[in-house]
Amino acid sequence: MKYLPLVLANLGRHKRRTILTIASVALALFLFASLRTVVTTLDAGSRFGGARRLVALNATGLVFPLPLAYANRIKAMPGVHSVSWANWFGGRYGDGKRFFANFAVDPVSYLAMYPEIVIPPDQKQAFLQDRTGALIGKRLLSEFGWKLGQNVTLQGTIFPGDWTFTVRAIYTPTDPAIGDDVLIFHHEYFDERIGRAGIAGWYIVEIDDPSHSPAIAKEIDDAFRNSSSPTKTGTEREFQASFATMWGNVSLLMGTIGLAVVFAILLVTANAMMMSARERTGEVAVLKTIGFSDRLLFGLVMLEAGVLALTGAFLGLGGAKLLYKATNFNAAGFLPGFNVTAATLVLGAAVAVVLMLASGLVPALRAARLPIVQALRHVE
Amino acid sequence: MALVEIRDVYKSFQRDTQKIDVFTDLSLDIASGSFTALMGPSGSGKSTLLNLIAGLDKPTRGTVRVGGADVGAMSAGQLAAWRARNIGFVFQSFNLLPVLTAYQNVELPLLLTNLSKKDRAERVRLALDVVGLSDRADHYPRQLSGGQEQRTAIARAIVADPTLMLLDEPTGQLDAKSSQEVLTLLQRLNNEFNKTIVIVTHDAHAADRAKSVLHLEKGDLIEKAAVA
Ligand SMILES: Nc1ncnc2c1ncn2[C@@H]1O[C@H](COP(=O)(O)OP(=O)(O)OP(=O)(O)O)[C@@H](O)[C@H]1O
Ligand SMILES: [Mg+2]
Repeated sequence: MKYLPLVLANLGRHKRRTILTIASVALALFLFASLRTVVTTLDAGSRFGGARRLVALNATGLVFPLPLAYANRIKAMPGVHSVSWANWFGGRYGDGKRFFANFAVDPVSYLAMYPEIVIPPDQKQAFLQDRTGALIGKRLLSEFGWKLGQNVTLQGTIFPGDWTFTVRAIYTPTDPAIGDDVLIFHHEYFDERIGRAGIAGWYIVEIDDPSHSPAIAKEIDDAFRNSSSPTKTGTEREFQASFATMWGNVSLLMGTIGLAVVFAILLVTANAMMMSARERTGEVAVLKTIGFSDRLLFGLVMLEAGVLALTGAFLGLGGAKLLYKATNFNAAGFLPGFNVTAATLVLGAAVAVVLMLASGLVPALRAARLPIVQALRHVE
Repeated sequence: MALVEIRDVYKSFQRDTQKIDVFTDLSLDIASGSFTALMGPSGSGKSTLLNLIAGLDKPTRGTVRVGGADVGAMSAGQLAAWRARNIGFVFQSFNLLPVLTAYQNVELPLLLTNLSKKDRAERVRLALDVVGLSDRADHYPRQLSGGQEQRTAIARAIVADPTLMLLDEPTGQLDAKSSQEVLTLLQRLNNEFNKTIVIVTHDAHAADRAKSVLHLEKGDLIEKAAVA
């Protein structure tokens, strides 16, 4: 591309302006990629869930427990393969700065239902046999530098006191939506320490045939409708989605912020391009006199805008991809599987191209249409 | 046949509500291989005439032919390509792009050709050599004197080997010594390389270097006897 030195020389004319423009494009696309990845990660989370797993909650709300006695009644229903239960614990470790999810489950039934949670067999055995044992995500382990066999003490927030667990097993999730920084322990131990209250935060119900899930969900809810703790049952996917709808407005907000940022940067870039174009009226006239065609001059200005936009995009998108990967970012466990997707990168590049077209078009047209004679009279 | 044939040209400018007639009926021939000085008071239409010949502007009526081509009838795109091949233009000032070196400035017209990088380099070296600036190839315009800048602009005007060179007051901002250098260079280009040259100047000494002098007075032509 023999015109590239000319384009680069023009960009080098005001180095600081060029660098600031590229930096703002880079920052805009970095933010764009970050915000969009928050949305895609939440979205992936809400699509997670086996089709054969139903979740039953207290109809009044997630924070209200259900009686543990429901387990046997649900298990007896036709089409139900197995039942497990879990309780949110909400314990804090150390200064609590590093938040992570921790909850009590019925280990045998729970792990049987979640093949996505992969554990070495000997560790799994050790965990099942130790009532005060804990199963820990591999990221959490490496972040705190914990070892197998070590004691870890959490401070209860909902359930007060010091709760000490022994690290017995490490899991690796095969589905990023599970998250690799969760601490899981025995519901039996939990129930004992809270004075045999006999409560479960939610039930997970594995059914034989996914197509029966609406009927079975209805059957469960009907069974407890007139009790003091009615249930609300749905597929695990719906359960995740109900979290995600909470996030729905967040997504919209993120999208709006993202667009606003990109638009602001468009103005910055367009302004820089306009300034450059105005300064160069005389030079454009000289080039036309030499025989540079209108079309060529249009192309050169667009190329200049393109170099700005694409360099910025490369830095911003590449930076986001590498930074989040290198730091293993997951928003303290809130966004498991946080990863800038290829689709986001492609979309970001498309934004950059639009940025280039929008910011370069006016100055490029102005250069192409510049009447030589008038321009020369202003210069001399 | 003359290289430049101007026939019955009428040219006016519209400024706000006022119409300015620059040429009412201008006819003129410029022979191939000539070296013509164009003189006249300010506002007499010298620059306008050069612009018409270079196809930078179009006559309101009448025809301008250069080397047989009807300049007024070409499209903007055709004109650009035609100018790149046939015309070398030099202004009084602001000829050079400040962000490019002398070498890169001289190379600009060659970018429009199909020449390879190597061939371009050869031509640029030759042009800089002719104007005596081989050792300034990597200098930026701000590192050159006024005279050197104008010689660089002349190198750029000849690098694509055009038939016709048009210079609008090229020595207008130069001191006496630099002016002499530029004029000597132009004479050489005319004599040795057989370039057809039209130079606009206010300076009678400069006009003396030309083979013929044309005087414009309010758009009318008064031809003075050929010198030399
Ligand atoms: N683009 C234009 N728009 C309006 N009027 C113009 C334009 N170009 C030239 N003129 C007018 O036409 C007349 C001739 O201008 P021109 O520039 O050709 O004169 P000149 O002989 O080159 O003068 P100078 O010696 O000052 O350069 C002047 O009155 C000028 O004001
Ligand atoms: Mg003039």
